[in-house]
Amino acid sequence: MANSPQDYIDEVRKQILPRLRLGAFIVPIIFIVYTAMTAIFSVPTESEAVILRFGKFVKRVGPGLHFKLPFGIDRQTSIPVKRQLKQEYGFATRGASNPTQFSSRDERPKEKAMVTGDLNAALVEWVVQYRITQPEQFLFKVRFPEDTLRDVSESVMREAVGDRTVDEVITIGRQAIESEALSRLQQIVNEYGMGLTIDQIQLKSVDPPEPVQSSFDEVNQAKQEREKLINISKGEYNKAVPRTGGEADQHIERAKGYAIQRINEAEGDATRFNALLTEYLKAPEVTRKRLYLETLAEVLPRIRSKIILDDDAKQVLPLLQLNSATQVAK
Amino acid sequence: MKATGSVIAIVAFVGLIALLNALYTVQETEQVIVTQFGRPIGDPITKAGLNIRIPFIQKVNRIEKRILEWDGRSNNMPTRDKLYIAVDTFGRWRITSPLTYFRRLRDERSAQSRLEDILGSETRNAVARHDLIEMIRTDKGREPLRDETLGEESILVGELLPIVKGRIAVENEIVEAAAKKLIDFGIELLDVRFKRINYNESVRKKIYDRMISERQQIASRFRSEGEGEAARILGDKERDVQEIESRAYRIIEEIKGEADAKATEIYAAAYNQSSESIALYGFVKTLETYRKILDEDTTLMMSTKSDLFRLLKDIDGQ
Repeated sequence: MANSPQDYIDEVRKQILPRLRLGAFIVPIIFIVYTAMTAIFSVPTESEAVILRFGKFVKRVGPGLHFKLPFGIDRQTSIPVKRQLKQEYGFATRGASNPTQFSSRDERPKEKAMVTGDLNAALVEWVVQYRITQPEQFLFKVRFPEDTLRDVSESVMREAVGDRTVDEVITIGRQAIESEALSRLQQIVNEYGMGLTIDQIQLKSVDPPEPVQSSFDEVNQAKQEREKLINISKGEYNKAVPRTGGEADQHIERAKGYAIQRINEAEGDATRFNALLTEYLKAPEVTRKRLYLETLAEVLPRIRSKIILDDDAKQVLPLLQLNSATQVAK
Repeated sequence: MKATGSVIAIVAFVGLIALLNALYTVQETEQVIVTQFGRPIGDPITKAGLNIRIPFIQKVNRIEKRILEWDGRSNNMPTRDKLYIAVDTFGRWRITSPLTYFRRLRDERSAQSRLEDILGSETRNAVARHDLIEMIRTDKGREPLRDETLGEESILVGELLPIVKGRIAVENEIVEAAAKKLIDFGIELLDVRFKRINYNESVRKKIYDRMISERQQIASRFRSEGEGEAARILGDKERDVQEIESRAYRIIEEIKGEADAKATEIYAAAYNQSSESIALYGFVKTLETYRKILDEDTTLMMSTKSDLFRLLKDIDGQ
């Protein structure tokens, strides 16, 4: 071991300096790497980052690579501002995009059970689609903003449903409910300053409660029956009335035919009579005789039993009997 | 030399520890009350950033600055119209006077239990003062939409029950009553809302029965409407058929009558033109009639005095 100070210094030079030299490289390198690691950060494309210095908000930066003060002086929180998030009420689809997308299995039936404005019950399932558009508000104004959104959404949906009849809720009022709930929800979200933008509220299945379901179906069935009965009788109407109209026209045409025939016949008869009359007037006596005899000549041969009586001989009876006897014998 | 170096090192080390302990950050979401042996010192710090305190002696108490939630338990309670309902409410509040809050409640757990006590009982009071419908409906003047295709049926059911105040007014009553009490704790109550209101298990059965009977009434209404409409159409059918047939009958008789009249006129004009024509018509028509009525079954007795046979007795026919 060296005794003089010079020896001591030499010793130091020989043994420690090389190590120090090595350390002079390693320590700054470690320091630089650590600084870089805590000063550089990247923000994903769909997000924005909020930077806090000693807990105080400094600025907001967009996607890409950024610098901040190292060693935890600046801290950043990334918020997916462009991502569409959704919350489901009364049901759940698999694959949650965020922790508040749906509630627990026990909560769901209670979530969807509602009372309508005519004090009936209805089961309403819906979806809220939203984005985080103001990250500072989202982070600093309200604690648990997404849980708050769930509460407010349920309340707002019941307001809309509570002002409607069960028929409106189930059938015709769906769109109105969606738009009313949407504007009301956005209004309250803005009031609180939750930093969210509500894009859409969609009603999913809206049903009467299970025990009542069949009676609702019965109404639909009765509606169909009504239509069926009406259609059947309309069919009967259409079967009968046009046919009757056609038949009536047929009878009318036939009557017109009759009229034409009647008049033509009359005119024919009259013309013939006039012709006859003209000739008759020229020789009345002869014509009368001729007509008379012609007629008898035509008629008499047809008659099988002819009796000619002599008014002077009063023996009509025996002759008659004889004649009838010959007829019977035939 | 060595000793002084060590002392300096130790003092520097302790000084560094003390400095690190003296520095503290305040987050954007919180406000801080500095206490010394449990006693608050100075005003609460509400601005975020780096702050300094006396190390080891002063303590930092962090209190929320954000809007906080109160999620009430679901409770069964009766309404003024004696319906048992399950009511689930929630509210928003924030700590506006941190010192008062800190002195009276110290932490959030006790704040939440106060809120539950006060809001729970105010909710119960408000519900007991109102009929159920007041907590269901909101807009007094709203008229329900009617399904045009249902016709008269929609008048039968689906009336919105009338309200005096409505849901939001009832909620505001709860807030008003509770806010006064909470201000003493340094708490500002922002709002209270009904999250869920539902029929109690025991009432539900009766509600369902009512709904079922209502639906059945609508269904039978539909059926009878169908039958009625069908009967009406069949009536229309019969009326139209009879109308068509009778009109046709009338037209037919008119046509025939006119034709008969015309024919009669023509005949009369021909036969009635002079005494000769009348005589001739009588003569000709009689002969024509003979032709028609005398057939082979006729027994004809004719006298020898008749025009035809008188020649049988006398050539001169005298």
